[in-house]
Amino acid sequence: MNQLKNFTKGFIRENPILVLLLGTCPTLAVTTSAINGLGMGLATTFVLVGSNIVVSAVKSTIPDKVRIPSFIVIIASFVTIVQLVMQAYTPSLYDALGIFIPLIVVNCIVLGRAEAFASKNSVFSSLIDGLGMGLGFTLALFILGAVREAIGNASIMGIKFTEGDGILVFVLSPGAFLALGYFIALMNRIKKTS
Amino acid sequence: MIISLVSISFIASLALGGVYLVTKDPIALAARAKQENAIKEVVPEFDSLHSFKIMPDNGKDSITINEAYKAGTLVGTAVGTYSNKGYDATQIQIMVGFLPDGSINNISVVQQKETPGLGTKMKEPKFKDQFNKKNPASYSLKVKKDGGQVDAITAATISSRAFCDAVDRAYRNYQKKGGN
Repeated sequence: MNQLKNFTKGFIRENPILVLLLGTCPTLAVTTSAINGLGMGLATTFVLVGSNIVVSAVKSTIPDKVRIPSFIVIIASFVTIVQLVMQAYTPSLYDALGIFIPLIVVNCIVLGRAEAFASKNSVFSSLIDGLGMGLGFTLALFILGAVREAIGNASIMGIKFTEGDGILVFVLSPGAFLALGYFIALMNRIKKTS
Repeated sequence: MIISLVSISFIASLALGGVYLVTKDPIALAARAKQENAIKEVVPEFDSLHSFKIMPDNGKDSITINEAYKAGTLVGTAVGTYSNKGYDATQIQIMVGFLPDGSINNISVVQQKETPGLGTKMKEPKFKDQFNKKNPASYSLKVKKDGGQVDAITAATISSRAFCDAVDRAYRNYQKKGGN
């Protein structure tokens, strides 16, 4: 029960984007389409799970003073692995996400979970935490991307559902802020009633 | 303290080296497949390819010329060209296919980071297919606003100009090379 709660907190109660407001930079930049949001979310989830497991496994052997540098090295390694694998097997997604793949290194969620959760908890609960947080992040990115794509480009997952252009501003950066703002408002409303 | 940092970095670099070795070939393969698909898209069917790079007069990077032969005769030339005049700082890279008579057969966009919904429309047939079957010898490669014959993308004149710039660079160098 406790682990289940640990897993689900990333979706609503502590959703990284909509509640904790961590990692908004890649969120705003890559959610121009549903598929980009999904790809970015899954890449981040992989890094989050990997770094959470390793950090919690080695936490007792790392002296407190070099904690942060060690975490960053671990996170950066996982990000580079993701980057190489994506470049090799999903080149078009890699091109679409561009600089935001290497920038996962400095995504606050990843370091935040390593510092706030993994360095204090067991390997298994860290894995569950990383998975829940990552999937919550992915879900938020995917929905945001899908909505922006639907309004701005009149398509879903790259398939046009009607002729014409849609409201272009939603694909551009101002639209990212607008859409994210409405999502956060909606989230606050849900949290208030539940 | 130092020992733990060094050992973490050491293990991390070992892991990265391993992943690099595994993914090295697929990455090179993916990059080549992308080029080859672009070439196949813009020239008629061919069975052998003769590729080389030349330096253009007006540009900093080399462009690639791929001559496509079928049974020993030249059926088309795919020119991998670029423009740095796009709206985004990222270079626009396109592949322009010329038939032996010098007319454009087809164009394929290899890389671009123009504004989504505006400049990215250069990938759509509505814009890029207007070049097909045109011979740049008698077809002015400039947008109409600049006195040429190309219909620019609405609200993306800069991207359209950059596209024309890239096609123009391809044609000049194709010409310089002698064509056939």
